[in-house]
Amino acid sequence: MSLDGFTVDVVRERGLATEEMTLNMGPQHPSTHGVLRFVVKADGEVMREAIPDVGYLHRSIEKIAEKVGYHGFMPYTDRVDYVAAMPCNQGWAMVCERLAGIEVPRRGEYCRVIATEFNRISSHLLSVGSMAMDIGAYTPFTHALREREHINNLLEELCGARLTYNYMKIGGVTWDLPPGFAAKAIGFLDRFEPLIDEYDALISYNKIYVERLANVAVISAEDAIAYNLTGPNLRGSGVDFDLRRDLPYSIYPELEFDIPVGRGEVGTVGDCFDRYIVRMREMRQSCRMLRQCFERIPDGPVVAKVPRKFKPAVGEVYVRVESARGDMGWYCVSDGTEYPYRVKIRTGSFTAISVVDRVSRGLMIADLVAVVASLDLVAPEIDR
Amino acid sequence: MDNAAIHARLQARFGEVIGALEPGGEAAIRVRPSAMSAVGEFLRSDPELAFDCLSNQSGVDYPKRGEIEVVYHVFSYRHRHACVLKAAVPRDEPTMPTMAAIWPTAIWQEREIFDLLGVVFDGHPDLRRLLLPEDWVGHPLRKDFVEPEEYHGISTKRASMF
Repeated sequence: MSLDGFTVDVVRERGLATEEMTLNMGPQHPSTHGVLRFVVKADGEVMREAIPDVGYLHRSIEKIAEKVGYHGFMPYTDRVDYVAAMPCNQGWAMVCERLAGIEVPRRGEYCRVIATEFNRISSHLLSVGSMAMDIGAYTPFTHALREREHINNLLEELCGARLTYNYMKIGGVTWDLPPGFAAKAIGFLDRFEPLIDEYDALISYNKIYVERLANVAVISAEDAIAYNLTGPNLRGSGVDFDLRRDLPYSIYPELEFDIPVGRGEVGTVGDCFDRYIVRMREMRQSCRMLRQCFERIPDGPVVAKVPRKFKPAVGEVYVRVESARGDMGWYCVSDGTEYPYRVKIRTGSFTAISVVDRVSRGLMIADLVAVVASLDLVAPEIDR
Repeated sequence: MDNAAIHARLQARFGEVIGALEPGGEAAIRVRPSAMSAVGEFLRSDPELAFDCLSNQSGVDYPKRGEIEVVYHVFSYRHRHACVLKAAVPRDEPTMPTMAAIWPTAIWQEREIFDLLGVVFDGHPDLRRLLLPEDWVGHPLRKDFVEPEEYHGISTKRASMF
């Protein structure tokens, strides 16, 4: 809690011995969003260091990829980041398509973007909702989850699953939009867009909330780039970069949207509040994109013809997709067989957690919760 | 700058430690591992290259060649260009300099490579296992890794359900 002009000064009575305390936060802690542990060295309430300890959710997904083949790996990509599984699906599909030179039909690309943007909204809702809850405001969480349920319903209608979708496949998507989907989706957007204003009124500029986030854990633009922060975390530090606009893929070049960037409106550029408010504004932009998609979606097939025995040529690709947690890098080496030789997934949470120790020194223990929430860490994405 | 121009610039600066440009769309530049930290420093600080971000660092095991390749995907936010660098270290003595001082994101990326592939990064500030337990034996992403039968009395095998 760094109020302006408020410095933490530990006044000790003479002769009273004090010592640094080592605290264990996690792996089962309500605010660590999964199984994640921090070893905190604290002087009273002030953290001297906060060392993250990860690996509790390591399922060796990269090793599994070498055993199950290109088609078979798609369901596993859902488990990389189960809060936003669609972009993971899309990343893997793009890897395979680029390795084999497959063109996705236009309608398939639209379906992908529709699914991904809905998923982005639902992921951001969970992020901002749980962030408010971590900081002590319970009501916004229930409101956010209420809307997320509607998105889950829509996605369930689309692909039959509410969390681990397995919706995309190499060459397109598994299912076309079901009948009446567009009307339902637009009905949701009509209702949801005004609700974002309601959230802003409810929590975004709430004085207590702002005091907890403004000027806390400021990450400069240089640090953000050096630590390879991605997505809303990067943009919260004032770096105007979004893969969907700057290294475009799929149909994003045809859509109109703005990239929200942190401006330090209640504190310093790159503080927890900026990372939070960027997510709030991105939801609005996703709504804008979705409306354009439903206006323009062409008729036609949703999936290209892809052989069941998928054997790309020898080669390697590095694909970057903009997931809800930012730039997700997929590196895949093919040796010309049915199984990928090596897959590496570099996720947004993985790079984000490496900055935690650097920014949390000197903050209070309660701020660590705000830092973790504002970086939108998802533990399985760190460990894979 | 495209790959050929980046490669030419590196070769002009460093000479023979920079190998040939691999053919293909995502062409990789081969670098001698011992020169990697000088090359990395140049990549970041040279104003025309300005690779301020190490987007991805990974390792690939090639037992037939007896090598582990450490692969760097670097990206420049200033110029919006990217390139791929590869440094191959011998499998039986996989040691190379760290990039932690140049791109801090390498601190964690290299810990992961050390953990899963066993590459030792000289000068790394905190080279410990990252994902696996401290007492784990072996490096699972090596192609010849054999899963142990049990770990602290916990069997890794399960009888078939059928």
